[in-house]
Amino acid sequence: MRQIISGWRTFMDALREIFDEAAYARFLNRAGVASSNEAYAAFRQELEKTNGRRPKCC
Amino acid sequence: MKMNKTLAILAWGMIGLLGAAALAVIAVHRGEPINALWLVTAATCCFALGYRFYSRFIAAKILSLDSLRATPAERMENGRDFLVTNKWVVFGHHFAAIAGPGPLVGPVLAAQFGYLPGTMWVLAGGVFAGCVQDFVILLFSVRRDGKSLTEMAKDEIGVIGGFVAYVAVIAILIILLGVAALIVVNALKASPWGTFTIAMTMPIALLMGVYLRRIRPGKVLEVSALGFVLVLAAIWGGQYISQSATLARLFTFSAPTLAILIMVYGFAASAVPVWLLLAPRDYLSTFVKLGTIALLGVGIVALHPTLHMPALTRFVDGSGPVFAGKIFPFAFITIACGAISGFHALIASGTTPKLIARETETRMVGYGAMMCESAVAVMAVVAACVMQPGIYFAINSPAGIVGQAPAAASATISGWGFPVTAADMQALAHAVGEQTLFNRTGGAPAFAVGMASIFSHSLGGETLMALWYHFALMFEALFILTVLDAGTRVARFMVQDALGHVYEPLGRTSWYPSILGTSAVIVGAWGYFLWQGVKDPLGGINSLWPLFGISNQLLATVALCVATTIIIKMHRARYAVVTLAPLAWLVAVTFTASWQKMFDSNPRVGFLAQARVLAAGPVNGATARLIFNNRLDAVVTGLLVLMVTLVLVESLRQWMGILSGTREARVKESPFVRTRLAEEQG
Repeated sequence: MRQIISGWRTFMDALREIFDEAAYARFLNRAGVASSNEAYAAFRQELEKTNGRRPKCC
Repeated sequence: MKMNKTLAILAWGMIGLLGAAALAVIAVHRGEPINALWLVTAATCCFALGYRFYSRFIAAKILSLDSLRATPAERMENGRDFLVTNKWVVFGHHFAAIAGPGPLVGPVLAAQFGYLPGTMWVLAGGVFAGCVQDFVILLFSVRRDGKSLTEMAKDEIGVIGGFVAYVAVIAILIILLGVAALIVVNALKASPWGTFTIAMTMPIALLMGVYLRRIRPGKVLEVSALGFVLVLAAIWGGQYISQSATLARLFTFSAPTLAILIMVYGFAASAVPVWLLLAPRDYLSTFVKLGTIALLGVGIVALHPTLHMPALTRFVDGSGPVFAGKIFPFAFITIACGAISGFHALIASGTTPKLIARETETRMVGYGAMMCESAVAVMAVVAACVMQPGIYFAINSPAGIVGQAPAAASATISGWGFPVTAADMQALAHAVGEQTLFNRTGGAPAFAVGMASIFSHSLGGETLMALWYHFALMFEALFILTVLDAGTRVARFMVQDALGHVYEPLGRTSWYPSILGTSAVIVGAWGYFLWQGVKDPLGGINSLWPLFGISNQLLATVALCVATTIIIKMHRARYAVVTLAPLAWLVAVTFTASWQKMFDSNPRVGFLAQARVLAAGPVNGATARLIFNNRLDAVVTGLLVLMVTLVLVESLRQWMGILSGTREARVKESPFVRTRLAEEQG
């Protein structure tokens, strides 16, 4: 049972990483601010700088 | 302990025997259709053995993975791109980045040879070439602070290596984007249902953007699930559009109109800051992609359909209607992403190395994720081969080969020994909600029909066939459009970086004249290939997909040159065959394919021969353009081969120098720093 829960957590962690939710949480932590419209806008701006150069495979 | 070892030997022995039996059935069986489970079994066993033994051998004997060596994610952690991340999370992230439409489309096109060549190439190419390339490039990038392939090529091979890798990346991006756009055009032309569904993803994405920005900031998974439900509703609603004469007209476009719309979209996506649209669509596309791949995998195993395509078709002689050319070399460049793809080397030396916590995890992430990609390619082989061959060829053959009229096309295809009637095709088109399925080249519609027929035998039956078909079409088109906008931006940044050395403001990614100019150049370049494909009487895929395959495999050749050079510099020359063998194979394949595409006397194969045939006839504006396009394709192919030859020669000089002792074997790795993670984790 513990393994199933741990597996599920890892699966959800992977999804959060793929969908940038984890990156947003790290951004909030780093900036020391709570989630808000403005914080998310700032996060998107920062993310665009790195993601813009990230190719997607064929 | 000894008991465990004996059990392990027995278990792996059984897997080996089962795999060998499944491979034997696939390879030897002739005449009667076989079940898809044989392909699934062979793939599972081959990948399990490859991962357990071959990747472990590479990890231990060649790369000497060191769990005590700190990775850049630990040493340079900044909470943004450098970040120590759980290995399963990195695995998922890496797989999501490398999995695209390529492993789905390539095997569908190569199915014209039968199910055998594509399957064998995916299995052997995956285990011995693609997985190895991704694994070693990822590890070498990790040991070099996450450097890119082009930087590693420059450092380890020389300036020529770096320059060629850079140009090859831009070339492959441009050709890839042109071909990808052509697949979307061919899938959506004269398809009001499909076009409506894709058009609806725009307002859905905008809604998601507003939700993310204003209502629940950062809740991407939640909004992606919501977007997915809305897309399903759009697919369901699409049938009413196609049934209404007035509404259907609004969403029915010819291929040239769709091509122009896609070019405008690509330019806007690159030049205008439209994250409100693009980012949510990207999330939606990833959500649909991962879900569909999982669903397809489960569907194939649970429903284990029968393959109706023979093991080998008559088209192994090179006369195939989907694309011309013999099995060697064309099967091996048609299937790139499912077996080996140079593009993966860019991902393996991009984001992923900056997330790896321990060197030992590169095996699972690099080798393992590519193995999963190969498994997706096997699914695509199954999806293409469950169809009756006559139907497969009717969908994938261009009008220039089989004729425009349904009766003529059916007669031609039946004459090849693959019976199909115009009535069969009309019934199928009706079942999937299309006006016609003849001449729908590009691979996407055939994949969609295959996937729909697999699922329609269980979930929802025939009544849901049209919904499954349009779901598959939407999934491919949506994903390709995100590849288009991301690729255009990446290529634009690369061109801006280069131009910045000539005139500094051109390098500024926030300077609008530069953004507009470089976006126009990139969109113009891939748009040119797209337009060429749209206007090609042979369907475009015949000339453009091989060009894409050649450029992708040539990039893999560069990646394997870098890997071999580093292995030799690491004093592991006796094991260099691990990268040398796939390198030699790729050189043989790509150089032969390039030679044939340029100089073969068959006008369906050789660009120059086709130009000569056209020039010999009456020349008007359209034929003059076709002649020019063929000559241009020949020149592009020649230039790519020339550049890769330079990298090969430069690499050979390095290897000879090092092995003869006249050149210093010094790898340019970051210095060893002991990890703190080992102590923290005990």
